[in-house]
Amino acid sequence: MLTDITIGQFFPGSSPLHRMDPRVKLVVIFAYIVLIFIPHNWWGLLLCVAYLLAGVLLSGLPFRLIFRSIKPILPLIVITTLLNVFYISGGQTLVQWQFIHITTGGVGNAVFIAVRIVALIIGSSLLTYTTSPTTLTDALERLMSPLNLLHVNVHEISMMMTIALRFIPTLIEETDKIMSAQKTRGADLESGGLVQRVKALVPVLIPLFVSAFRRACDLATAMECRCYRGGEGRTRMKQLHMRRSDFVFLGSAVVLCAALITLNILLPSSLI
Amino acid sequence: MELLKAEHLSFQYENPDELPIPVLGDVSLTVAQGDFVAVLGHNGSGKSTLAKHFNAMLLPTGGSVWVGEWNTADEEHVYDVRRTVGMVLQNPDNQLVSTIVEEDVAFGPENLGVEPSEIACRVNEALKLVDMLPYRDHAAHKLSGGQKQRVAIAGVLAMHPDCLVLDEPTAMLDPKGRREVMDTIRRLNRERGMTVVLITHYMEEAAEADRVVVMDDGAIIMDGTPREVFAQVERLRSVQLDVPQPTELCHQLRLAGVPLPADVLTVEDAVEALAAVWEGTV
Repeated sequence: MLTDITIGQFFPGSSPLHRMDPRVKLVVIFAYIVLIFIPHNWWGLLLCVAYLLAGVLLSGLPFRLIFRSIKPILPLIVITTLLNVFYISGGQTLVQWQFIHITTGGVGNAVFIAVRIVALIIGSSLLTYTTSPTTLTDALERLMSPLNLLHVNVHEISMMMTIALRFIPTLIEETDKIMSAQKTRGADLESGGLVQRVKALVPVLIPLFVSAFRRACDLATAMECRCYRGGEGRTRMKQLHMRRSDFVFLGSAVVLCAALITLNILLPSSLI
Repeated sequence: MELLKAEHLSFQYENPDELPIPVLGDVSLTVAQGDFVAVLGHNGSGKSTLAKHFNAMLLPTGGSVWVGEWNTADEEHVYDVRRTVGMVLQNPDNQLVSTIVEEDVAFGPENLGVEPSEIACRVNEALKLVDMLPYRDHAAHKLSGGQKQRVAIAGVLAMHPDCLVLDEPTAMLDPKGRREVMDTIRRLNRERGMTVVLITHYMEEAAEADRVVVMDDGAIIMDGTPREVFAQVERLRSVQLDVPQPTELCHQLRLAGVPLPADVLTVEDAVEALAAVWEGTV
């Protein structure tokens, strides 16, 4: 049910990917998400997939877990694939029946784009799976620290993210509870058209909001009790240090980028 | 040496348009270093409001509150006060800030600007004190209620406080979690000499303290050892409080004419007293 959601979940471990400097991880994975859109031929795409596979192996996480991250966006993948198969034509014709016209080019494009989306999702979930939320927001805070010059309060933004990530599972659990409570009172959450279903959610959302505000109030008190006073003069238990392996990892991303561009220049595009 | 001191403390909530709502009226209380004080009272008796005065979350509208040599109204020392008097709240879910146990425990010392290596030591030590060290890299939301509350206690201990103020820490826990938390609190008091102020409405928990303070309607009405306080069954009843079950049993028997002492507190006490009566009659 709702508890299957793995967004922002962290699986503790001590693999090379877990121990990597979170700033490097953040930069490399962000770069990867951009890089995945560079290749225009199969060899380039293959290289991207191989790079990701190396990352997955380095993370030491079971493949089952990795695939679970794709599940929520499966419908999206299916829809884009179908659209590509039916609407893009080029190359040899495979099927020709009334208005349906499927070509090798269309199928090629569909597979290409599906692989891109899957790689993109797996890449970004590798980040959250192997980095604890606090470390992640800590890294973000440091990477964004130049924004302090523009009077953006980076610390507050990262604290909000930490808290949001902390409360996602708690609020999901609470939603489940409220839904059961409303069902026992006869609420019908699972039938009717779209409008009716959205309306049926109101008695779930209102108690959820009320309780979220109450929690926020409690949490603010608890934070004050623990001497929280913003980012000034705050230290961190976990210091971030760049190690040699981190530079290697950064370098590998640069190499990947160069290789993809070279492949694009040398080989003809496989996309239509 | 006295650590916490409330002098003629009164407090009222401002109520725009209408008269202010008085919550505490002329409360005087001192807590010595190493004491284990339980504050009892039914809902609305002002016990939580009193607790919030000890770490400057609320400031008195009359009288004063002292923590060591600091007046809690002195803004300069507000963080010294909060570091010295660690506060644990009722809902274990709502006081954990970070997803991972050790990062949550580190939150307090991080706010205090403690050196990173020192923070790691404090986190280790605090988790060991509450028996949660094996869970240091677990996700906080997956722990049981009792475990979460122990992590919350560790988060406060990592600030190296002199005193713990716990505001109904077991109210939302199951019996097992309640036991875990009470054992932890008592151990901290006995073995570490930690001063404890426990706000509660469970009589059995109050009976474990060295001293019980009973509040009603914003004032302290009884103050003494658990035996002294629970001996006054009728008086406790009049402020809608119960007494521990063994005390209740002996009280009823005494009313029925059985010659039993008034200060029975634990099951062992009751057994002893009843055995004495039995031997006397046979």
